[in-house]
Amino acid sequence: MIQYFKNIYSALSTIAIGMKITFKHLFVPAVTIQYPDVKPQLPERERNRLYVNIEDCIGCDQCARACPVSCISIETVKSIPGEDLGKTSQGKKKALWVTKFDIDIAKCCYCQLCVFPCPTECIYMTDVYEFSEYERENLVYDFVNLTKPEREQKKINYAQFEAEKATQKAAAPVAPKVEAKPVPPVENSEAK
Amino acid sequence: MIYDYLAELTGSGILAAIISSFIPLTFVLLFALFAVWLERKVSAHMQDRLGPMRTGWHGATQTIADILKLLQKEDIVASDTDKKLFNIAPFLVFAGSYAAFAAIPFSSTYIGSNLDLGLLFIIAASSIVVAGILMAGWASNNKYSLLGAMRSAAQIISYEIPTVLVILSIIMITGTLNLATLSEWQTGYFWNWLILGGPGLSVGKFLLIPFMFSSFLIMYTSTLAEVNRTPFDIPEAESELVAGYHTEYSGIKFAMFFLAEYANMYAVSAIVTAIFLGGYQSPIGYLGNLLGISWLVPVEQFFWFAAKGIFFVFVQMWLRWTLPRLRVDQLMAVCWKYLIPIAFVNLIIVGLITLL
Amino acid sequence: MSLKTEEMVLNLGPQHPSTHGVLRLELKLEGELIINVTPHLGYLHRCFEKHAEAMTYPQIIPYTDRMDYLAAMGNEFGYVVAVERLLGIQVPERVEYIRVIMAEFQRIASHLVALGTFGNDIGAMTPFLFCFRDREMILSLFEMVCGARMLYNYMWVGGLSHDLHPDFIRNAKEFIPYFRPKVKELNDLLTGNKIFIERCANVGVLPLETAINYGTSGPVLRGSGLKWDVRKNDPYSIYDRFDFDIPVGEGLVGTVGDCWDRYYVRVLEMEQSLKIIEQAFEALPEGDVTSAIPKRIKPPIGQLYSRVENPRGELGYFIISNGAANPFRVKVKGPSFVNLEVINELCKGHLIADVIAVLGSIDIVLGEVDR
Repeated sequence: MIQYFKNIYSALSTIAIGMKITFKHLFVPAVTIQYPDVKPQLPERERNRLYVNIEDCIGCDQCARACPVSCISIETVKSIPGEDLGKTSQGKKKALWVTKFDIDIAKCCYCQLCVFPCPTECIYMTDVYEFSEYERENLVYDFVNLTKPEREQKKINYAQFEAEKATQKAAAPVAPKVEAKPVPPVENSEAK
Repeated sequence: MIYDYLAELTGSGILAAIISSFIPLTFVLLFALFAVWLERKVSAHMQDRLGPMRTGWHGATQTIADILKLLQKEDIVASDTDKKLFNIAPFLVFAGSYAAFAAIPFSSTYIGSNLDLGLLFIIAASSIVVAGILMAGWASNNKYSLLGAMRSAAQIISYEIPTVLVILSIIMITGTLNLATLSEWQTGYFWNWLILGGPGLSVGKFLLIPFMFSSFLIMYTSTLAEVNRTPFDIPEAESELVAGYHTEYSGIKFAMFFLAEYANMYAVSAIVTAIFLGGYQSPIGYLGNLLGISWLVPVEQFFWFAAKGIFFVFVQMWLRWTLPRLRVDQLMAVCWKYLIPIAFVNLIIVGLITLL
Repeated sequence: MSLKTEEMVLNLGPQHPSTHGVLRLELKLEGELIINVTPHLGYLHRCFEKHAEAMTYPQIIPYTDRMDYLAAMGNEFGYVVAVERLLGIQVPERVEYIRVIMAEFQRIASHLVALGTFGNDIGAMTPFLFCFRDREMILSLFEMVCGARMLYNYMWVGGLSHDLHPDFIRNAKEFIPYFRPKVKELNDLLTGNKIFIERCANVGVLPLETAINYGTSGPVLRGSGLKWDVRKNDPYSIYDRFDFDIPVGEGLVGTVGDCWDRYYVRVLEMEQSLKIIEQAFEALPEGDVTSAIPKRIKPPIGQLYSRVENPRGELGYFIISNGAANPFRVKVKGPSFVNLEVINELCKGHLIADVIAVLGSIDIVLGEVDR
């Protein structure tokens, strides 16, 4: 019997306490940011869309190897001697033409693993997060700033250069062969 | 009353009846527009967020946008359903909720139909809703909807009993079921309201006050269950049965269910205010009387009636966003083991006090 | 004379507002009483363990994030502890302290989601929003450190990817006094509410014997009365230096091991996490967080099982290495997968509404169940 009245009392009192809390919250200012008109302030380490400063890229392929989802595809072509590709911003001379640097931003998982291995810090994550497209093909970003004919040209140049070198080698006199010394067996330190 | 006035104006009784029954319809539609916006804003601010902001000033025209959207939606009817029942159900539910508005006094000069059995008519007419809900649940050919409809039927039928018991105790005090005379009886200032014992100054009045308060709470809780609002909203429990008995409806029929719910909410708030809080009577006297403008008084009365009704609708919304949901068996236990015994005891004691 | 009624099979299908993810529960009902519950899994299987065989050890860390996406720091912590034990390297002190701070903040964030969604399933929709508002503050703390709000790739093998930002330290120290009154408000609004207690007390009682036999862990096990926490019973990293309590279900309202106990254990654990964070901030040493990261991670041939305390239970990693840069096998023991087994035992004889309550109190994340 006592339990009956205790139940009624506890029901009414806890409901009243709950109602007091929600009533107080009617007058607390809302925490919502009205998005398209007001944009949130993003911290400086924010990790959104990737950007590649192609002027600094030396074509080392470290970022493509580090990526866990293989969204970066890079193709490079060696330059022929005598071509000047310019310098990176740190003063290093570039030696490879980058003919393809595609990032499929739809595959990218925003993990930042490509940023750290880059020796020239040319790939980094910006704070751009509004980059929707209507066509899926537009989400494959192409960062190379050579035109298509130029890229073909570089490949043809290098192929020509290699062909010339090969013909030159065939025409030159054969150098005396050095006798190969027997190679001692390497100690297998991880023998198991 | 308005009916007589209209009969004189148009010269035909039937035309007057038709026009007279459309006036609350406009009120209900306007109220539903306002109430949906109010619910979204109230729930948003209680949860520290903003609610609709972009359509109109602070989202004021959001309901109109929603209704336009619902109107142009495809009316999906599932293949194995009972088509006749499926189509009639939403309109039956709305008709049941709207029928109650016939006997509600909006002001001293307007009442839809001056029934001597007003309260009884309201309770009876709003039970049509049960039939509509059962039809909706059955005809949807969906196990979830059927479950929801069964629960809802059991809930509504059970919770009518405490309501009727409270009404019995009211009759013992006032001697009438007519809501217009009930409101008229509570003239004066707010200390003449029934919740504070009724007009007059006698020992009985002061003895009645605690029992009137408990009657008020019992009636408010049971009418909350009649309209399927939290904590009694298992028929439409979003997280359990997706949407209960109106899962399969789309477009205008879904809008009908929604409209019926808000109409019902206002109807029960109106009944509670008419009985306990003096209906359209003002708590502080009339401006019209003060200034001598006699036609202002009914307008003021309408304003007070709407304000009190909206306040109770606000309390219903407040409860919805504070409390969790009761389980089916607990809901039945609350009705049969708590509300009904207390209502009976109330009835007996009120009866004894009126003998004094 | 008993009535023979037909059994109804109801599908709490993969698309449902309350099954925390894509989980299919097949309920055999008799009227409204449950006779049997069969979970059907696999809707979120993304072949994590197969992927891990093709990646190098650092590349696996973004994948571990995505298993239990609500407690990503815990997943990373488990993985890097396992690989560091396999390599036999020791990380700097500062790294250890920062890892503990991150893991405990993540524990609070994960429990806030669990409590909020549990309240939402029961019908109280307001505490859900309050919990998420507080979780936003924790997520913006994480954003200050590593730039991402939910899937961090922050803990690396041998160290961390970034050192703490001064904004982080300042805001984190402000968060702790801000959060304590919020827990009290949550208790007033939800935990003490009579209707909530009626819904959760004596529902889904898990006896201790059954809990141990099924191999449950985390708040599910602690709610049944056993003081078992991997941070105290099998300490990893520097947890043995901190002074914190392990809350256990005591049956304050109802029986020991019911839904309310599991819920309350999570509420109390949030307070304990705050204690650990305060102690860690006081003792935080200076140092470099990237100095011990090896250039090439090639563990010696061997295998190892190591476990950590995720907010949902004991997360275990079993790594077999054959000396190459890619692991030979990474097997993950997800706590939600094991805890989900008990739902059949718990739901027998209850109503449908109770299935939702029990599922919410076990607190599963489908990413971890299916991997």
